[in-house]
Amino acid sequence: MPRKEIDLPYRLEYLSILDENGEVDKNLEPNIPDELLLKLHRAMLLGRRFDERLLQLQRQGRMGTFAPITGQEAAQIGAIATLDSSDWLVPAFREMAAELWRGKKMQNVILLYAGYDEGGEIAPDLNNLPVAIPVGSQTLHAVGLSYAMKYREKKQVAMVFFGDGATSEGDFHEALNFAGVFQTPTIFVCQNNHWAISVPRSRQTRSKTLAQKALAYGVPGIQVDGNDVLAVYSAAKEAVERARSGEGPTMIECITYRMSVHTTADDPKRYRKEEEVEEWVNRDPLIRFQTYLKNKGLISDDQIDTLEEEIKAEIKAAVDQTEKRMEELGDPLAMFEHLFAELPPYLQEQRQELKLELQEADQ
Amino acid sequence: MAKMTMVQAINLALHQEMERDDNVVVLGEDVGWDGGVFRVTDGLIEKFGEQRVIDTPLAESGIVGFSIGMALYGLKPVCEIQFSGFSYFAFHQLESHAARLRWRSGGRHHVPMVMRAPYGGGVRALEHHSESREAVYAHTPGLKMVIPSSPRNARALLVSAIRDPDPVVFFEPKAVYRAFREEVPEEEETLPIGRSQIAREGKDVTLIAYGAILHETLEAASTLQKEDGIEAEVIDLLTVSPLDDTLFTESARKTGRVVVVHEAPRSFGAGAEVVSRLVEKSFLYLEAPIRRVTGFDLIIPLFQREKAYLPGVKRIMRAIRETLEF
Repeated sequence: MPRKEIDLPYRLEYLSILDENGEVDKNLEPNIPDELLLKLHRAMLLGRRFDERLLQLQRQGRMGTFAPITGQEAAQIGAIATLDSSDWLVPAFREMAAELWRGKKMQNVILLYAGYDEGGEIAPDLNNLPVAIPVGSQTLHAVGLSYAMKYREKKQVAMVFFGDGATSEGDFHEALNFAGVFQTPTIFVCQNNHWAISVPRSRQTRSKTLAQKALAYGVPGIQVDGNDVLAVYSAAKEAVERARSGEGPTMIECITYRMSVHTTADDPKRYRKEEEVEEWVNRDPLIRFQTYLKNKGLISDDQIDTLEEEIKAEIKAAVDQTEKRMEELGDPLAMFEHLFAELPPYLQEQRQELKLELQEADQ
Repeated sequence: MAKMTMVQAINLALHQEMERDDNVVVLGEDVGWDGGVFRVTDGLIEKFGEQRVIDTPLAESGIVGFSIGMALYGLKPVCEIQFSGFSYFAFHQLESHAARLRWRSGGRHHVPMVMRAPYGGGVRALEHHSESREAVYAHTPGLKMVIPSSPRNARALLVSAIRDPDPVVFFEPKAVYRAFREEVPEEEETLPIGRSQIAREGKDVTLIAYGAILHETLEAASTLQKEDGIEAEVIDLLTVSPLDDTLFTESARKTGRVVVVHEAPRSFGAGAEVVSRLVEKSFLYLEAPIRRVTGFDLIIPLFQREKAYLPGVKRIMRAIRETLEF
């Protein structure tokens, strides 16, 4: 038998629609209603400004450690905007903009990073999971959720976010493998922001792309310009439609960049050059989308200024309300809530122990 | 009532719970057409189909993480890890997520899943097939750790575990799987999780055990009755965590003498917790130091030396006599 090339069923594409200057490829431009385009823009702007405000709060000591999202707004909003409210969001820990889109309150974001367990609360009508910090581990939950949707014959999908670092974790590979084998309606959204704390993308894998990892599991993959909200939206819409019609999972690799620190406990100057960051400033997802909207006559500079003011006021109100609420929170006994449906006797005893200690401290 | 082995009794629980509630799904390696390597899931796939009895890829973390996702949606997955020695691949999914999602989401989500795994020694197996690491799970806040000792209580506890709204790790003593038969009622039976039982009544000394070693403990008790006229009370914990300390506290206060038996390593084991509770709550009732008869703090040896490692009847009897003579 001769050696011969094996014909693989997938090819890998790269998709870019809106370039760095905000010029659109007319052939690829998705047909998005004006109202939705403006909504996407507002969500991206809110994500950016709220992120900036969170960083200030952290630097002022009013909040603890968090992972900023600046620069990744298009990857998040472009993808999440393709879901219905009955679909499920499975986030990692750098998806604040996507979470706000899905109904999470700014108050919860602040509370969580200010160290209040209550920040993790999720309203009963939201099909969102809480943030998952152990890298890549949440990918499996999305596959389990979407298997259950399929079993229940619901036309829902689950969308899971993760970063480039997560593609080195075993769980990511097990999740893609399970999704491929069981053909679950799962959308894997990789925000390749080039850095896993201090380790560059090139140190995570020798593979040319991250999207190609999906191909090994028989799952379609696509690489998109993650700073181009139109490209992310188009790829995600295709993936969601495929999943919803029973054609299984997809992985989307969004090429983006972590403009800020990994978390507020990190100093990127130790491991990456400022010039690299400068290059990505020119590829800012927000500015190019604004250029596109202006060129389309959908928004003016004045309207952007007004929107900025509106968002600023919204954020201020959220911060004020949250800090007011903090005054009522913080009862240490609340730590005993929500471990089990019912508190077992030994934990009732331990709760009592703390209660007595607190009473003594009050006296 | 039919006489059943533990394998048959667990199988009955799975059949009946799957019939009763279509949220219950079974998954794991070889659980489908093979019926599981111990045949615990025999006949399920024929009856409930491939969607509910899922032969998964060979990936323990995948199995548990996937189960968590199904449970978050409202299903009740019962996943099998083929041997507890392979459950560490999945430990972080249990620790980081199954045990925490209720808490992390402020009560919005919960994870009603069961992770079943055969555990323990005594079956002449390969490395990684004979360990008892229940303490690892019992030490993890948010998990329940259940270990039955007989066919009837295995069936009843598994039904309760499946209906429990929180994640339950269910270790099945594989040395008991086919060791003996017991009457198991056809009609539904449950046992509360977090409740121990008196396996044998007595007044002279309290023996506390669970899992496979309960049977050696009972044998030691009846031999001592015959040989020395000693009446030992035996408590079967059934749930390692949340630990029920009411029965053994009551018993220890009555007898004043206690021996704790398990096959897991001694240090930081379940026995250490039992002893601590007794010392904290019943110190002045004790007539003698509490003894622990356990596995040594070693990797359980391969099967030529396994018998010497596991606490047998003789070792248990000696500890009881020494406690009584103190």
